[in-house]
Amino acid sequence: MIEATSLTKRYGATLAVNNLSFSVAAGKVTGFLGPNGAGKSTTMRMILGLDNPTSGQALIGGKRYHDLKEPLRTVGALLDAKWVHPNRSARAHLSWMAKSNRIPASRVDEVLDIVGLTSVAGKRAGGFSLGMSQRLGIGAALLGDPEVLLFDEPVNGLDPEGILWIRKFMHRLADEGRTVFVSSHLLSEMALTASQLVVIGKGQLISQSSTEDFVSRAAENSVKVRSPQLAELREVLVKASASVTDDDNGIRVSGMDSDKIGEIAAANRLVLHELSPQTGSLEQAFMQITGDSVEYHTGLDAEAQHVLDPAAH
Amino acid sequence: MTLLAVERIKLFTTRSPWWCALITLGLTVGLAGMFAAAAPAGESLDVPTTQIGYQFGSAVIMVLAALSVTTEYRFGTIRTTFQAVPHRGSALVAKTAVVALLSLVIGEIAGFGSWGIAKLIRPKDNLALHTTADWINVAGVGVLFAFAAVIAVAVGILIRHSAGAIALLLIYSLAAENLIKLIPKAGEKIHKWMPFNVADKFLSGGGNTAGRIVSDSPLSPGWALAYFAGFSIVLLAIAIGVAKKRDA
Repeated sequence: MIEATSLTKRYGATLAVNNLSFSVAAGKVTGFLGPNGAGKSTTMRMILGLDNPTSGQALIGGKRYHDLKEPLRTVGALLDAKWVHPNRSARAHLSWMAKSNRIPASRVDEVLDIVGLTSVAGKRAGGFSLGMSQRLGIGAALLGDPEVLLFDEPVNGLDPEGILWIRKFMHRLADEGRTVFVSSHLLSEMALTASQLVVIGKGQLISQSSTEDFVSRAAENSVKVRSPQLAELREVLVKASASVTDDDNGIRVSGMDSDKIGEIAAANRLVLHELSPQTGSLEQAFMQITGDSVEYHTGLDAEAQHVLDPAAH
Repeated sequence: MTLLAVERIKLFTTRSPWWCALITLGLTVGLAGMFAAAAPAGESLDVPTTQIGYQFGSAVIMVLAALSVTTEYRFGTIRTTFQAVPHRGSALVAKTAVVALLSLVIGEIAGFGSWGIAKLIRPKDNLALHTTADWINVAGVGVLFAFAAVIAVAVGILIRHSAGAIALLLIYSLAAENLIKLIPKAGEKIHKWMPFNVADKFLSGGGNTAGRIVSDSPLSPGWALAYFAGFSIVLLAIAIGVAKKRDA
């Protein structure tokens, strides 16, 4: 339903999004994952026709956003929950949006009910908590009963209850056959919400796969091996192009799964005392995969080194 | 029509238009009342004098008009607007139309209110609306406000920040045009063609008005209005052209 082809966005010298192509299918929640500053929001704004791509295009159901008639009926989006005039009531905010796409006024009350804001519909949106603003934003996205929904970091800053609510909500929307595209910088959150993942870093596509594939690829990235014949084992593993590092009292092998290591050991008649795949935390794995592509390194590591080891300078 | 309704809902569901409308009426009608009350008993007020406060009124109208756009940028609702209506030109024209229409209404109330309060306080003075010039003097205020609002919306679209847009509009309309006169030789000639000076010509007809600087524009009142209107529409067209190209 959403098809991005060679999307590129350049701001002066910075390339915010670089030749990004991916597709988002209907009936599933697709996660859009990347560290902060990876270009997720820019990409979403380009899909919605708010930012003009430097080159490439994004199509929704085969059409450019600009060519959609009454677009709120096709695409609903929550890019920023704070995009509401603080002195306008929730109902007034939804009313003008509904009017703009000839959506009946009764739908406004329906949507307020769906997101549970009926009791505060007449209150100033400026006084809303983040959770309430987020619900109002989702209500606005649902207004035209759209086939395609885009959410940019919808759970940011929410309490656990709010997060759970949004997660269930997205599953429901996808189960109804809609296209749900949701961005996040948290893999752990996406692992629970999305069944498909588009992962980007520094504006470039890192992978597009099912969440399962991505998580297993990310998490099963090393195997701990202990052996009395460690030196020989290390040699044959390196020859088989695995990368090997020292561990406490064994070695850590990456780039090869445990089955293969066992087979290699057997073929070379080497004794193994331990062969255990290490499932690191998802966050760690995600950092490893996108590590090279984080836009803003904090320089914290270097600073810590400097403090801990003043003699080196 | 739909888009006009959208912009009407947006405008009237915030507070600033109401405040600006009240302040405009307070300034124009209040000043007219004060002039009428303070004028010496022996002299007669004339119609142009009742409209003494219109420049302050138009300044507040421009604040209202500029805010109607800049708050949308400030709170991000302009993006929601362009999401709902991807044809940015139509959305912005509709907004301008609604704001200009509101300004017209406020201006008419201000014009006739100012004239009315003066007539109420000084019933014996020569304040009857006999000539076309008299009528333009009073009824023209709304028309002038409407085009001033178009200018302010255009500046709001271009500058996008409330403080910047308002500062520019107020300084320009209240001070900058007169400062241009200070440029040696060319200053006077340029000043004749400055839009707000020309607009004043439309309203006052260049007639003698007690206590007011009279416009030195060479245009007739009719052409003066056309010039002012043309200026505002060209500025709006430029602003919309820029908004279409820019990232929202």
